[in-house]
Amino acid sequence: MAVSSEIQAPRSGRVAPKYTRHGSSRGNFEMLAWLFMRVSGLVLVVLIFGHLFVNLMVGEGVHAIDFGFVAGKWADPFWQIWDLAMLWLAMLHGTNGVRTIINDYADKDGTRFWLKTVLYAATAVIIVLGTLVIFTFDPCPPNAAAELLPSFCPAP
Amino acid sequence: MSKTPAGTLYRGREGMWSWVGHRVTGVAIFFFLLVHVLDTALVRVSPEAYNVVIATYKNPFMALLEAGLVAAIVFHAFNGLRIILVDFWKKGPKYQAQLLWGVVGLWVLVMVPFLIRHLTLAFTGGH
Ligand code: HEM
Ligand code: HEM
Repeated sequence: MAVSSEIQAPRSGRVAPKYTRHGSSRGNFEMLAWLFMRVSGLVLVVLIFGHLFVNLMVGEGVHAIDFGFVAGKWADPFWQIWDLAMLWLAMLHGTNGVRTIINDYADKDGTRFWLKTVLYAATAVIIVLGTLVIFTFDPCPPNAAAELLPSFCPAP
Repeated sequence: MSKTPAGTLYRGREGMWSWVGHRVTGVAIFFFLLVHVLDTALVRVSPEAYNVVIATYKNPFMALLEAGLVAAIVFHAFNGLRIILVDFWKKGPKYQAQLLWGVVGLWVLVMVPFLIRHLTLAFTGGH
């Protein structure tokens, strides 16, 4: 018999209540997570491609990156918001993706629980740290060698 | 494809390999991002600390790793758009395999100019 490689389109999202596998307490979380992966993916294409283009392709590319380069970018709220959105969306998208993978491969309840606990802890630390770095950044730290600082810093 | 077990629509074909590729690149990018936020956080330690660490990114060996990272993210991004099309576009499921060749084509189209520019910069010191 000929085997067709065509994959059928998913059917309607509405599922009769008697077929849902979980009580109402879990609500629509998995569906929202599924949707979030797609929406965040669309936005991330723009944010990450823009990030890579500006940091690797323009001017001297990676050679231009140093403290002064970062200070110059984050002096502009446009790049602060850009990086903030990229940080949050990429971390939440990546964390949810890794959560799916843990659910797929870790069979034991205990293993799954601990892997996810470590995952969520790492995610929380990185998101908080990255956010603080963007908003507490000081482009002209005192006692730093002037030649390392961006040109707009007041002369010491 | 004679090795394909009879009766499977999926195993060993475009759908499976794109799924494997998407999963591997997704995890790799995730771990890169954890390290990347940490190295960027060095701007809060001191300009010297940041510059010293970033300087290690500028040698030709690291340029190859960066190229690998960009190759992974460009594949994941385009294949992610393919997944979105398969899910939301009426004809997406029917053309999922052709869409994958579109992903591969676009990937080559983006990677060739990127590699020329990035490796030129890396191996000439940016001058
Ligand atoms: C080799 C490629 C890359 C280089 C050279 C690079 C370089 C940089 C630099 C210089 C910064 C400082 C701020 C700025 O320039 O906007 C930064 C921040 C950032 N990058 Fe990248 N990047 C690369 C790839 C990526 C990728 C693939 C992602 C996403 C998955 C990413 C996500 C971020 C985020 C979220 C921040 C903000 C970090 C924070 O909040 O502290 N970068 N990157
Ligand atoms: C560049 C834009 C991106 C797009 C368009 C995109 C798109 C997608 C899509 C559509 C999925 C499938 C979700 C599902 O099967 O329900 C996915 C999964 C995933 N993504 Fe992304 N993504 C992007 C960036 C990223 C980044 C930056 C990371 C890492 C920080 C990442 C990590 C993952 C992981 C780990 C998975 C799970 C893979 C699996 O379950 O096999 N993605 N992505």
